[in-house]
Amino acid sequence: MDILSSFWPWYVTGPLIGLYVPAIYLLLNKHFGISSTFRDICTVTVRPKARYFQYNWRDHSWRLVFVAGIVIGGFLGHPTLTTAAEGQISGHTLDVLASLGLKDFTSLVPPDLFSWNAIFSLRGFFLLVVGGFLVGFGTRYADGCTSGHTIHGVSNFHRSSLVATLCFFIGGLFSTYVLLPLILNL
Amino acid sequence: MVYFIVLMLGILFGLILTNGEVIAWLRIQEMFRFDSFHMYGVIGSAIVVGALSMAVLRKLNLKTLSGDPIVVEEKSLGKGTVIGGLLFGMGWALTGACPGPLYALVGNGYGAFLVALLSAIAGAYVYGSVRDRLPQ
Repeated sequence: MDILSSFWPWYVTGPLIGLYVPAIYLLLNKHFGISSTFRDICTVTVRPKARYFQYNWRDHSWRLVFVAGIVIGGFLGHPTLTTAAEGQISGHTLDVLASLGLKDFTSLVPPDLFSWNAIFSLRGFFLLVVGGFLVGFGTRYADGCTSGHTIHGVSNFHRSSLVATLCFFIGGLFSTYVLLPLILNL
Repeated sequence: MVYFIVLMLGILFGLILTNGEVIAWLRIQEMFRFDSFHMYGVIGSAIVVGALSMAVLRKLNLKTLSGDPIVVEEKSLGKGTVIGGLLFGMGWALTGACPGPLYALVGNGYGAFLVALLSAIAGAYVYGSVRDRLPQ
């Protein structure tokens, strides 16, 4: 079980992720992508009236099974995230974040920001509620996320996916350098 | 049977995202601050392997499991690609998670990310409701 609790370097992680592009085609003749499940979940649960949700989600039910698997996989891989940041994460990043007010680096997902208590703080509201909303709204508006566009689209040399990926990154830089310092000050 | 394989692939994907630390907020910070190669290595090698393996599929003219030729469609390029892309990027850096990791983090037992996941689903709901009024 050692492999389940150990860190997988990029040259293991990346190629494995890349193999999902041909795997999903060979298995289902569908393109690899995850953010469309946000739409599926809306359609299945609350059945919104808007035209966007009028489609047969059963044609894409594999995606819901797939993300259910991701939740289980996350559960199995749990020990990794109790890893302390020191020695694992770049010292420069940690210094900058410490100067922005973060104190606890005992986990790769900072408890200062993502503990249960943090949910009910103003910071938590911006990082989780606003951040999460942007992930859902943005990926649907762009018609894809890091899997559908960046991994699947770019590896098929699709122009729209290259543009999307560039925009993902610019948006991320804006949050990192402009919004995050403001939010961490709250 | 196919669903069973898909479930197994999903479980493996959750493990990959978790053990490769793709779900770690600090890893995403490190990437956006250009302080580490890790995430660039993950995304870059995923694209290279994806592109190479798709080239092999084309070269060998491989068929899907059900015997059909593989159909790859490009997503349309429009204003949504840019505006939506920027908005998602902003959310990605704030939560430290793209959609796959959101699910994996919930599996990891982070209650906070259940909030983020529900909010992402709400985001898709709102998008679907206002879609006709947005530039596409």
